[in-house]
Amino acid sequence: MADYTAPAYRTIPIVPALKPGAMEGKGPFIANDKHQEALGFPGQLVEDWHDKAIAKMGDLLGKFRSLRVYMDACVHCGACSDKCHYFIGTQDPKNMPVARQDLMRSIYRRYFTFAGKYFPKLVGARDLTREVLDEWYNYYHQCSECRRCSVFCPYGIDTAEVTMAAREILASVGMGQKYSNEIIGKVHKIGNNLGLPEPALRDTLEGLEEDVKEDTGLDIKFPLDVKGAEVLLITPSADFFAEPHIDGLIGYAKVFHATGTSWTLSSMASEGANFGMFIGSYEQLRKIALRIREAALELGVKRIVVGECGHAWRVAYSFWNTLSGVGDGADETDRFAQMLQKQLDHRYKQPTHICEFTWDLIQRDALKFDKSKNDRFVITMHDSCNVARGSRMGDLPGGQFEIPRNIIKAVANNFVEMDANTTRERTFCCGGGGGLLTDDLMDLRVKGALPRMEVLNQAVQEHGVNYMAAICAICKTQFSKIMPVYGFDRRMVGGVHQLVSNAIILGDK
Amino acid sequence: MSMIFAILFYLATLLFVVGLLSRIKLYAQTPAPLKIPTTPAPTTKTGVAFRLTREVVFFESLFKANLWTWAAGWLFHTSLLLVTLRHLRYFTDPVWGWVAFIQPFGIYAGITMLLGLCGLWARRLFVERIRYISTPSDHLWLVLLIVIAVTGLLMQFVAHTDVVAVKTYFLGLLHLDIGSLPSDALLLLHLFLVFALLALFPLSKLLHAPGVFFSPTRNQTDDCREHRHLSAWAGKLESEK
Ligand code: HEM
Ligand code: SF4
Ligand code: SF4
Repeated sequence: MADYTAPAYRTIPIVPALKPGAMEGKGPFIANDKHQEALGFPGQLVEDWHDKAIAKMGDLLGKFRSLRVYMDACVHCGACSDKCHYFIGTQDPKNMPVARQDLMRSIYRRYFTFAGKYFPKLVGARDLTREVLDEWYNYYHQCSECRRCSVFCPYGIDTAEVTMAAREILASVGMGQKYSNEIIGKVHKIGNNLGLPEPALRDTLEGLEEDVKEDTGLDIKFPLDVKGAEVLLITPSADFFAEPHIDGLIGYAKVFHATGTSWTLSSMASEGANFGMFIGSYEQLRKIALRIREAALELGVKRIVVGECGHAWRVAYSFWNTLSGVGDGADETDRFAQMLQKQLDHRYKQPTHICEFTWDLIQRDALKFDKSKNDRFVITMHDSCNVARGSRMGDLPGGQFEIPRNIIKAVANNFVEMDANTTRERTFCCGGGGGLLTDDLMDLRVKGALPRMEVLNQAVQEHGVNYMAAICAICKTQFSKIMPVYGFDRRMVGGVHQLVSNAIILGDK
Repeated sequence: MSMIFAILFYLATLLFVVGLLSRIKLYAQTPAPLKIPTTPAPTTKTGVAFRLTREVVFFESLFKANLWTWAAGWLFHTSLLLVTLRHLRYFTDPVWGWVAFIQPFGIYAGITMLLGLCGLWARRLFVERIRYISTPSDHLWLVLLIVIAVTGLLMQFVAHTDVVAVKTYFLGLLHLDIGSLPSDALLLLHLFLVFALLALFPLSKLLHAPGVFFSPTRNQTDDCREHRHLSAWAGKLESEK
């Protein structure tokens, strides 16, 4: 079946030796002209790719301070060099974050700095050739934009920013990635990553209502396009049908039901994911985010709540206010944002994470649980990279770690932590984030999961862990696929709201 | 010789100041369109000031990343700071009180600086990963600093130079009055390399010093939901709608 195998666990997690060229290759499938042109990118590699790429780089250097400063500031200290899960899993030196940056920095120096123009050898500058472009395509698609490296860099250099810029340059000369661009096309055309049109979505939700009724005997609703609902739920479309995601969706619905909250999904914005971030395109990022604004305006909702999804929460928490005005604190004169912000209820944080929503209710004693329903589980928490290092929950820094854990402890009796070097802001990516969750990258995905699997295995040996909670659709999909390769049951991974769903007591309220 | 070094001094200072300021201006003027602090991040401006202070004074992130690099790097930088401040005595008359006070520490700092630099270089030479990412210029910077430190220490402990004459010469330069510089080889080499360092600073990775203050992952406040953050070019997209 598969031509990939799990790398061996390291007995002690020492830094692996380098294996130059270990992951050389063509990278993931390239987007065809249809997928490219739908997003306004050229269909194939353009004639004057060299000049176009350099011009695009100059453009991005002028628009993003992160890129500008990060191209200059790195001192090659190597602090980040052993922090990337893809480096640990593949041992390819070009997967060291600093080396990944240098793939671009070498070009930056050649075309944009004095030293690189006149003394290229001295500072490791090189010409932009076709080979370099291919190398970029390959290695910038071996970065999940997880930002672990940026935690440890003394200047906070974030390789994710460099990867995003590189992908944007590549797409703009005709070398986009098939997986991401195809999906973005579906979002624009149909409303979600899966390409699930409105009637099919409605069917799915009705089916779900019946299933839940059978299970609980209660009429728990999954409303779609209800005008005047209080809450608009934006969730990754995987929640509508994939396992184990769907159990999380049922969990959200039960929480809404238990508190009599009126809520709705939107068929126009039936997707929390925003792959615009993965391909580094501000325009796409914005365009995808605007659908949610439109849905919120059209449905007249008071609150926007976001389901369990890592990068979607980063985009929602950190970028929505900027991109689409979902948030608070816009200028009086800012008509674009005020239009929406006037409508939203600012007694609540906008947007709100579903975990914040549930935790708030738990604190107010509005939910009842039978914790013993989760007694068959020994639970641990895998912090998802975008939630951990690119967002927050609650009022205090680090709420993104505390709140999901608090919920788990409120609904279950057995919770243990994994090695502290691999949780919270030091968490390892699942290996499938950043637009890499595609079958044409299976080998990379398996190897990239090594650091997490090592530590999970430790927790399994020591504490008998049999449930790893994650609040990210990509983590859930990635782990259910690769855990069997490491000899674990695929059902070991699940959401936080799946646990909530198991334990919640729904009386006849 | 005095003349040549005077010209080099003015030229290097000019390149350093103009180069650095223009780079800082460029960083300051480049917008940061999105909120990207590496979280958990401070939620207030004061908190951000503390975070940056911890980065600059203690190299907090580096400490989390790698103790050896941190130890050598921190030793080098704090020593460098002391040494630099100590050198103010050649530019002030009378010597400021606190400069006189740190004088003895400054001298030992020369030795610890050298130790730190050697530690960093050893890492670069012997740790496979660091050797892989090193360019020739990375090695040369360390060599340059090591030679500066060694020549300085030699003058301090072995082959004394006429420091009074040196001081008179530099005080003169501050008033555009070019006196005569002792011409021992150690001193000339020491000065030449320092001038080289100053001139090349704004063209090199030494830009990490201003860079750390402009890094969005470190200098942004985590208040994304409470304040709308919009850069000029991104705002234009809205009016075009
Ligand atoms: C705001 C001031 C500064 C800060 C926060 C700072 C911070 C750092 C840090 C964290 C490193 C990485 C660790 C290491 O290798 O030591 C580093 C490296 C370095 N810094 Fe600085 N630095 C500053 C100013 C300077 C200045 C003024 C110089 C000028 C001589 C300098 C020269 C270097 C060199 C040469 C390296 C590379 C060392 C190596 O090759 O391993 N730094 N700096
Ligand atoms: S962002 Fe994550 S995947 Fe990318 S280089 Fe850094 S640690 Fe590796
Ligand atoms: S930690 Fe930062 S400065 Fe050091 S090598 Fe990595 S990116 Fe460069």
